[in-house]
Amino acid sequence: MRSQESRSTSSCAACKLLKRRCTPNCIFAPHFRSDEPKKFAKVHKVFGASNVSKILIEVPEEQREDTVNSLAYEAEARLRDPVYGCIGDIALLQRKMIQLQHDLALARARLSLYAATDSAGISNTDSDQFCTAALGEFPVACGGGFMDSFSQTSYEVNQDTHMYDFSQIPYI
Amino acid sequence: MSSGRCAACRYLRRKCTEDCILSPYFPSNNPQRFVSVHRIYGASNVSKLLLRLPIHVRAEAADSLYFEAQCRLEDPVHGCVGLVFMLQQQIQAAESQLVKTRVQIAVMKSQAQHPQPREAESSFNNPFLRHFDNDANLSFSNQISSGFI
Repeated sequence: MRSQESRSTSSCAACKLLKRRCTPNCIFAPHFRSDEPKKFAKVHKVFGASNVSKILIEVPEEQREDTVNSLAYEAEARLRDPVYGCIGDIALLQRKMIQLQHDLALARARLSLYAATDSAGISNTDSDQFCTAALGEFPVACGGGFMDSFSQTSYEVNQDTHMYDFSQIPYI
Repeated sequence: MSSGRCAACRYLRRKCTEDCILSPYFPSNNPQRFVSVHRIYGASNVSKLLLRLPIHVRAEAADSLYFEAQCRLEDPVHGCVGLVFMLQQQIQAAESQLVKTRVQIAVMKSQAQHPQPREAESSFNNPFLRHFDNDANLSFSNQISSGFI
């Protein structure tokens, strides 16, 4: 276990930066090894050692490594983007998810069209042309209203929405 | 006693000056907002961060700090990074579904172009679909999906 290695006489990254003696029960030592000074430096810059310590004390020991890693991720995101931090990453992922949902809906619609033309016994050429026409021009036969919602690209869909709506939980 | 203090200065029990960096973003009518941010970041860190930013983006920065602080208070282990992981998983699942659907389209298109005697439409009989029953073998699916739609 790495925690065993860090409990040596050498200071952990945190205590080195804070210029203090690293005690055997230092809460930072298991998670901020001396060979990773930048990790603690970033976390300290954003959250402060005292706040990190309070957060770590509140979580069970077996979850502290995950906690430190998530704090490091957030700190790095905040230093990279001081305005939005991790929220910027979330917004990007949300946009990607919207794009995927759009593509998936299109693909499923297309699959339905193929299935419909296949069961109707429409010829090879006709079915292909029918599907192309359906997706490109929204004929009534394909449910123009339904297809109309997929005429927008996800970029257009997002134009009207505020990029970062902190009032909503970004669950999809 | 000053009655015009912002939430930050009220909490920190200090005088709220006219050029208080925190007062525009932590109004006195929402004390909880500052408490959340202070618990996770500390007033000093928040002040330093806001001071380094142009004025026109400070409101957004304060909002994002508040959102992240709330996430961290609700989930001390993962904070808002939990949302990142969740979205990444959802994206992975959606990508897998998309590939599967595109393969199905490819199969149907192929069958339409080269009609064969009808068999039961089960993935067991379909060598393409069999690969995606367990959403596995994405590298194989990536090769197929690159040529369609």
